[in-house]
Amino acid sequence: MAIEIKMPALSPTMTEGRLSRWLVSQGDSVASGDVIAEIETDKATMEVEAIDEGTIGAIHIGEGTDGVAVGAVIATLLEEGETEVPPISQPVSGATTPVAEAPTQAAPNQETASAVAAAAPIAASVAAPAAAPVGAEPDWQGSTRTMTVREALRDAMAEEMRQDERIFVMGEEVAEYQGAYKVTQGLLDEFSAKRVIDTPITEHGFAGLGVGAAFGDLRPIIEFMTFNFSMQAIDHIINSAAKTLYMSGGQMGCPIVFRGPNGAASRVAAQHSQCYASWYAHCPGLKVVSPWSAADAKGLLKSAIRDPNPVIFLENEVMYGQSFEVPEADDWVVPIGRANIVRQGADVTITAFSIMVGKALEAAEALSSIGIEAEVIDLRSLRPLDTETILTSVKKTGRMISCEEGFPFAGIGAELAMQVMDGAFDYLDAPVMRVTGKDVPMPYAANLETLALPQAQDIIEAGKAVCYRAGGL
Amino acid sequence: MANKVAANKRAEGKTVEGKKSERKRGRPPKSIINDKPSADTMLEMYRQMVLIRRFEEKAGQLYGMGQIGGFCHLYIGQEAVVVGIQSVAKEMDSVVTSYRDHGHMLACDMDAGGVMAELTGREDGYSKGKGGSMHMFSREKNFYGGHGIVAAQVPIGAGLAFAHKYNGDGGVNMAYLGDGAANQGQVYETFNMAALWSLPVIFVIENNQYGMGTSVSRAAAGQELADRGKAYGIPGVQVDGMDVLAVRTAAEEALAHCRAGKGPYILEMKTYRYRGHSMSDPAKYRTREEVDAMRKQHDPIEQLRDVLLREGADEAQLKDIDQKVKKIVGDAADFALASPEPNASELYTDIIVA
Repeated sequence: MAIEIKMPALSPTMTEGRLSRWLVSQGDSVASGDVIAEIETDKATMEVEAIDEGTIGAIHIGEGTDGVAVGAVIATLLEEGETEVPPISQPVSGATTPVAEAPTQAAPNQETASAVAAAAPIAASVAAPAAAPVGAEPDWQGSTRTMTVREALRDAMAEEMRQDERIFVMGEEVAEYQGAYKVTQGLLDEFSAKRVIDTPITEHGFAGLGVGAAFGDLRPIIEFMTFNFSMQAIDHIINSAAKTLYMSGGQMGCPIVFRGPNGAASRVAAQHSQCYASWYAHCPGLKVVSPWSAADAKGLLKSAIRDPNPVIFLENEVMYGQSFEVPEADDWVVPIGRANIVRQGADVTITAFSIMVGKALEAAEALSSIGIEAEVIDLRSLRPLDTETILTSVKKTGRMISCEEGFPFAGIGAELAMQVMDGAFDYLDAPVMRVTGKDVPMPYAANLETLALPQAQDIIEAGKAVCYRAGGL
Repeated sequence: MANKVAANKRAEGKTVEGKKSERKRGRPPKSIINDKPSADTMLEMYRQMVLIRRFEEKAGQLYGMGQIGGFCHLYIGQEAVVVGIQSVAKEMDSVVTSYRDHGHMLACDMDAGGVMAELTGREDGYSKGKGGSMHMFSREKNFYGGHGIVAAQVPIGAGLAFAHKYNGDGGVNMAYLGDGAANQGQVYETFNMAALWSLPVIFVIENNQYGMGTSVSRAAAGQELADRGKAYGIPGVQVDGMDVLAVRTAAEEALAHCRAGKGPYILEMKTYRYRGHSMSDPAKYRTREEVDAMRKQHDPIEQLRDVLLREGADEAQLKDIDQKVKKIVGDAADFALASPEPNASELYTDIIVA
């Protein structure tokens, strides 16, 4: 029986890719293990190997095709004796890859479009908002350009590096590999090996080295392949970078950016799926930012690089490929310490940051259908925290839900609840609620992982609870 | 400096790099050790060692009086190490060290009063009283701390060396660490990167033979700490760290190596601290006799004093230095005790650069 060769998922978060090259043509016989094609994902170029042996009966998707959905049939392999190529079955989008983390529908774009169809049931039941929310600063009136968070981050670094010779990027696979998640793509070519530096896999060492370089008046951008690995380096982040200004009586600071993906990716389990926002936000001497939109990713990273203090810049792997409108400004900078109201509403305040903003917006749209209008605040910056924007909103709505991917105990939500008690206690009509990751190490199994992560439905339930509404949605 | 030129010439004359650590095991070759600095230079080294000794004695005294709190790690006995090395360093070179840092600050020409006032936690201290004994910095003197976490200064030193190389300023970083720190993982991560990228950094392992109360033999598998960089191709030399002239000569070699763009260098300084690890250390892990033997037979100040007298300096000259140092330290203590405690408003300053 003819075998359908399908577009493989080369990473847990991949939803589509570019079929860049065929290494076989129709009529060629292949054995299992033969490289038959090259596929380019948002992260890397990978080779596709034949799993079965046979003859290439037909190639259905030509080389150079962009946006080939995972699971789409790309070729048909005929087994011995077969000559007829049967009609191909419908592409089973997502069927071959467990996309547990459904990309948020709040920012529809070409890259996630194919995955929306395969979104988890909860997300699918939520009506998508009519338009992409404005991730940019509200006062931007000029033209915008659609770009991914990944591109926005890269552009932020490149623009700043053009302006200031002291800036360099250092980390694992940032140079020749072009970034483990392609965030530093193209930087080596433009800025040379002097300023884009591959390190050995030694986070403790290169974080400390970065701190020393910052003491020496350079402006390091230290990339952690993920913030999980920053645990190896946390001594230098806290003890060497964050505290030196104080310990030196203001004589010497540490202008450095530690950046990289934070929080859960998909199906990578406990040691690679944790949100460190509350860990770093706990410490005086650091600034901690965690953007959601591409516009904020760009504007905040530029601010972080210019900042004379150590800045923890928490990105999110799942967000890298999502597209947003980014202002076409010569120098788009978003100040650190300002939250952004991404949806207006009078009934309940929902705070979120990073990937949870998208989920909060999904939930807000669903709540709207039962008459609850949520105001969604993208915190963007966790330290310093824009308490004023939060309190102003809570004073208006009388209710608050804090959303974060991290653990509940001693998390960001605990701090926000305290801030609201301090600043708006008399305005509260309901206890503050938290929607967080569960208090467990991240499990691997797809169903358990979905259960462990905070979902839009959890926010909807919390919204109903704080508004004292019963009934299903 | 004439000495500097000579050092460079010697370095250029070197032949096989790889055999270096073998050949130089033990004391540096006689030819180099006999190449003595000028009388003035030796007198200045003597002055600095005496300054550190008297300063530390005074700090110990003030600690006993309750004027200095917390941890206070004295450098007494190890003076030759930092004085010998810094005597051949240039202004653009940078220094970073551990928490046993008072001597390094004085050798970097930081003000004794400012250091002492920091020890007493007063507003005129280098860190306005907010850093204390272990955390002081002087950008002006290229002294980058004073680090309280064992071995944290090692990658930081490599980072400063990275900046020297990046900026092409010709500077070299001196990263001082103890024998205890030499077992920390981050030291080897740093050796690897420093060698990989040919960073101009000298790792000065001050082997005072005890990491707190644990002797090197009980803490280190393989006690030749100078060899710890072998796997990375970093040349290492073991030096008599009680002999300031030997230290100086070895440092000249190391600096020439780094300035020639040949990458990092390790100097293992065999030294000894007379006092405990910190003020609260009862020092039960070693005998009185052991300490006394070091003091009587190997004291770095006495050794240089002997050389100076042999070379024609007179007692009066040395006595004059002693008197001047005594006054500097006395003034520093007075200054440190007269300086007010930091204003309560300082609690919330210097956390973030606005």
